[in-house]
Parts: sequence; structure tokens; C-alpha cells
Amino acid sequence: MTVNVFVFMVTCIFTNNFIFSRFLGCCPFLGVSNKVETSMGMGMAVTFVMGVASLFTWVVYNWILVPLNIQYMNTISFILIIASLVQFVEMFIKKSSPSLYKSLGIYLPLITTNCAVLGVTILNMNNNYGLLQSVLNGVFGALGFMLAIVLMAGVRERLETSNIPKCMKGFPISLVTAGLMSVAFMGFSGFGA
Amino acid sequence: MKLFVSTPPHIRAHEDTRSIMLDVIIALLPTTAAGIYFFGYRAAIVIAVSMLTAVLSEWIWQKLAKQTVRIGDLSALVTGLILGLNLPPTAPWWLACIGSVIAIILVKQLFGGIGHNFMNPAMAARGVLIVSWPALMTAYTLPAVFPGVDAVASATILGDGGFTANYMDMFIGNIPGSIGEVSKAAILIGLVYMLLRRVVSWRIPVIFVGVFALLSLIFGNDPLTAVLSGGVLFGAVFMATDYTTSPMTRLGQSIYAAGCGLMVALIRNFGVYPEGVTFAILLMNIVTPLIDKYLNPRLYGAKKGAKKNV
Amino acid sequence: MSDKKTARGVFVNGLLNENPTFNLVLGTCPTQAVTTSAINGIGMGAAATFVLLGSNVVISLLRNFIPNKVRIPAFIVIICAFVTMVQLLMQAFLPDLYSALGMFIPLIVVNCIILARAEAFASKNSVWLSAVDGVGMGLGFTLAITLIGCIREFFGNGTVFGINVLGGGYDPMLIMILAPGGFIVFGLILGIVNAITNKKKAKNMQEADA
Repeated sequence: MTVNVFVFMVTCIFTNNFIFSRFLGCCPFLGVSNKVETSMGMGMAVTFVMGVASLFTWVVYNWILVPLNIQYMNTISFILIIASLVQFVEMFIKKSSPSLYKSLGIYLPLITTNCAVLGVTILNMNNNYGLLQSVLNGVFGALGFMLAIVLMAGVRERLETSNIPKCMKGFPISLVTAGLMSVAFMGFSGFGA
Repeated sequence: MKLFVSTPPHIRAHEDTRSIMLDVIIALLPTTAAGIYFFGYRAAIVIAVSMLTAVLSEWIWQKLAKQTVRIGDLSALVTGLILGLNLPPTAPWWLACIGSVIAIILVKQLFGGIGHNFMNPAMAARGVLIVSWPALMTAYTLPAVFPGVDAVASATILGDGGFTANYMDMFIGNIPGSIGEVSKAAILIGLVYMLLRRVVSWRIPVIFVGVFALLSLIFGNDPLTAVLSGGVLFGAVFMATDYTTSPMTRLGQSIYAAGCGLMVALIRNFGVYPEGVTFAILLMNIVTPLIDKYLNPRLYGAKKGAKKNV
Repeated sequence: MSDKKTARGVFVNGLLNENPTFNLVLGTCPTQAVTTSAINGIGMGAAATFVLLGSNVVISLLRNFIPNKVRIPAFIVIICAFVTMVQLLMQAFLPDLYSALGMFIPLIVVNCIILARAEAFASKNSVWLSAVDGVGMGLGFTLAITLIGCIREFFGNGTVFGINVLGGGYDPMLIMILAPGGFIVFGLILGIVNAITNKKKAKNMQEADA
């Protein structure tokens, strides 16, 4: 069991990294990776939302949609769950920890349209994962996203002082950077298989 | 009168780069000679094409971008040479060309040229080539001087081809592999030269190879075979020690080198690629900015440390 | 506001001037994930265009009835309805394409292009202009990802739209149709587009000076 969980974790974080191998969550990955600290905050918020969203969507899909035979309603119910979850998290953090809210506040609404979140719930459904596996997939997948965005922020902080050709500044060089990082992540191919 | 403020490296730094690069080239000479001795003229062609394309790419880019042409600092030549030594002797000429263009244009110049690339150009290019043409990049042949055997076998000690060699052959380089990585004796001569000239410190190569050997033992492999086969030694001496893409502090370098050793051991034992040196160094290259950010006592640490003490 | 805009202007704007992929850099995930071949690019583009057209029209029709506070959830529900329609239609009539695009069809819901157009255009403009905007933006997106798909398929497989153009002697550059190729090709094309627009701007400024 422990070994299985460990293998699953390695697969989710490294081999099938959400950014570098699945292309899920590229918008915040490119948009919120200027500073290491903010990337970490974003990563943590996404980890929480993806874990809880995996739990809730599993329950709704398997206990409501399947018994009623309305599986085609999955996309709409999942996105509504995610949107209300994000709203709830925002209110909760605002009340309980104003300082955390201050540092995360602006990124929280963005999580709704982070396709990694909706993506992981659809992956859980398509792969027929059980409840525990779904939640682990959500959390580990999000940790992989966090790893990617923090590494990216480190490199981008370094690039700030570089004399990059004018037309490559901003998105283009970030994409090329991500591509080269993705080459490095190809080294994980086969891990956990 | 006009005063110019240009981005570093300035002219003096330019000269320094040149003398360091010259030392690296001298250190690579034994390895290059051994590779050509064992694999014949084909190895020489691969190395020559790779060097020529690298220098030409740098020259064309700097001309087109209206920058000062800096091929005189020899850094492009070194990148081309290291890339060539990282290719199998059977590599077609176009493979060497594509690799050099990727290394110089995509990995180095697009990021602002020398000193600004976040990945080792030769390593990144080799990574792209391995992912793109896995068969061509591992089409290893037995050395031409191998007695009584036709140079067709594509097996290495790392693959499942059942090829075996004794320690002596592995040490002097009488085994299949990439041009530069086979002769461990020649690589060590180069390392001694660079240590004497103080171009590199012992830290990264020794920790890299040490951690890798230890982990190989733990994973149940013969550590001596593991170190003497594949490109671990070549990578640890010539690629992991690249100034631009390795951490600045001693502690940072130790963590970086240990990470390289760990990743090579993991990829060799669990990954789909038989050789992990390239990916291990690339992965640690992308961790380097974070290592420098959090372990840089000279620049930021004083302030940070003071805060902690309060 | 809408009286100044012509349908033609709105259409060209979406297709070229404010191309969602190359100029606004929205919807980057599908742009990289599904562009391993040209035909995938067209399929994804068509699906997104359909959703854009539908959601823009409906949102524009309802723009005076949706309370401002709940507009974003309302937009998402409308978009989601069209995505589910596309999903079911493709599953029924184009099963091969559906399985090739996989989970990126339901993920059209969170494609920033669609929500951005709903918020920035459809909720403020007439039905006719919103429809034109949807089609223009959709075609702009389709054009962009089909171009990226062509380039990646050409180098990574030696074919374009499945037709072999490079002959048997070509040894495909596998990385182009793998994950790194998606990032690098998109980044380089963006760089080239930037270089062209910068040059145009500089030229316009020179002319303005003279």
C-alpha cells in the first residue's frame, strides 16, 4: 500500500507532471511565475482546491450523477463545484487569516479558470479512480504543478537581468524556457511504470 | 565624447573567458584524441562538424542581431567540441549540425548570450537530440581497434545487449559509447590539468561521482562498473562544472553535485533512458537559480541571518 | 458604443489584430496540448468556434437580464451548456477526433478566450456584433492552432494533414510532437509575430515623424 502510494506520487509529480507533460494549468504557470514567493502561494492554494475538488466531484459524480443516470451533466456540475469551492476558500481565508488572504487574495479567483483543477476532476472520472486515489491524484498533481511553477519562477527571476532579444521578451522566452525544462523532465519517463 | 555602458562580460572579462575556455580546450584534448584513436576518422568528422556549426551559428546570430562578434572568446568552440564528444561516432553529420544550432541559438543566444543561459547549451542540445532521435543517439559501435570484431554491435554495458568488458578496457576506453565518454583515463588527465590551473574545483566532480557510486551500491549494482560505464565521469568533469549553470556557493555546489549523482542513479535504475547523465545535469541546472536564491550568504544572507537572530 | 463598430471591423479584429492566440496569448493550454497534428488543430478550433458563437449570442441576448453580481457564474453555465453539446455531438459523429482531443473538449469551459469575450464583448454589444466577434475570434484561434499543428506535424512526423510531404528518407524530429515541442514552437512563433509587429510599429512611427 505504502509502496503503491509512493509510486503513484512519483508518477503524478514527475512523470506525468501537469505542466510539462499534460499541459494543464499553463495560463497561471506563465502568468504568475514572476516571483518565487507568489508562485509558492499560488501552488499551495491550488493544492488545497485540487484536493478538495477531487473529493467533492467524486462524491457528486458517483453518488448523484451515476445513480440518476445523468453523467452528461459532469462538466457543468464539476465547474460549479469548483467555482463555489474557490469562493468558499476565499471567504474562509479572508476570515481566518487576513495575512494569508493578503498574499493570496488576488490569485484565488484565478483558480476557477485554472484548467488543472477541472482537468484533474475529469481525469479522475475518466480513469474510474476510487475516492482515495482521486484525492491523492488531486493533491500530488497539484504538488507537481507547484514544483513546476516554483522552478519556473526561479529561472525567470534570473532572466530578469539578461539581455534577451526584444521580440522574445515576456511570453515567448517563458515558453522556450518551459520547453527546455520540459526536455529535462523527459528524464523522468518510465518512473513508476 | 560618447560613453558606453555595455552589459557584462566587458573586455577584460572577455579576455578572462578566452583564457578559461582555452584551458578547457586543452583539458579536452586527451579525451578528443582518445575518442579519435578508438573510433577512427568518423569521430573526427562528427567533432569537426559540430565545432564548425557552433562557431558559425554564433557568428551568424551576432551579425544578424548587430552585436559585437564574440566568437574569439572561444565559448562557442568549447560548446561545439563538448557536444561533438557527446555524440556517438556513428552520428550522421546533420545530427551534429542540428545539435550545435540548438545549443548556440535556442539555449544560449535567445537567453542573452554567454553567461545568461540557464541550461548548459551542449547538454540541452544533447537532451533534445536524445528525445528526438533515440535510436541514432544510442547507435554505439565497438571501437575500431577492438581486435577481431566487426564494428556493428549497438550494445553498451548499460543496455541489455549483454556486452561485458573488463575494468581495464573500460578505464582506457576500449568500449562502445559516445566519442568523449569512453576513455576515463583521458578524462582524468583533463581533470588534473583543470584542477592544477584552478579552472574548476574538486567539489562538483568528486561529490557527483561519489554520491552516484554510493547509490549504485545501494541499488545493488557494482559501483566501479557503474562509474566506469556511460558518461558519468565525462559529465561530472566537463558539463556539471559549467560556471553559468551551476551554483555559486560551496554548499550550493555540493547540493547540486549530490543532486546530479542522485538523478543519474535514479534514471539508470528506473527510467526508460539507459543513460541519465544528460537529464540529471539539466534537472539540476533548473534547480540552480533556487539554490542560489536561498543559499547566497554573501549577497542576501547577512540581512536574512540578522533577521533570524532577532 | 456599438454604433461605432462595423461587423467587418469586429471580424478582422478577432482574426488578425487581436488574435486570441498570438496577440492576446489566451487559451495557451489547448494551443500546446492538441497541436500535435494539423487536423487536431482544426478540430479543436471548430469546437471552440462553435462554443464561442453560441455563448456570445446567448450572453448578448441575456445581457440586460443577468444581474451584474452573478454574471461570471451565469456566463460559465451558458458556456458549459454549449461545451456539453459539442462534446455529445463529437462523440456521436466524430469519435476518432473526439478521442484524439480527449479531455481538452470539456476543458473548453475554462478556456480563457471564451470567458474573456463574454465579459469584454458579448455582455456589452448587440447580438449581431457578438456573433461576428465570436466567429472572428474563433477563426483566429483556429488559424493559429492549425498553423502550430502544421509546423509540429511537419517536423515531428514528416506529414501535413496526414499527407507525407518529406518522403521516406526523412527521419522525423520526434521532440516536435512531444511536450517540449509544444512549448518551444509556440514560443518561437510568438517571438516571430512580435518581431513583425515591432517592425510595423517602428515603420508607422517613422512615417508619423516624417
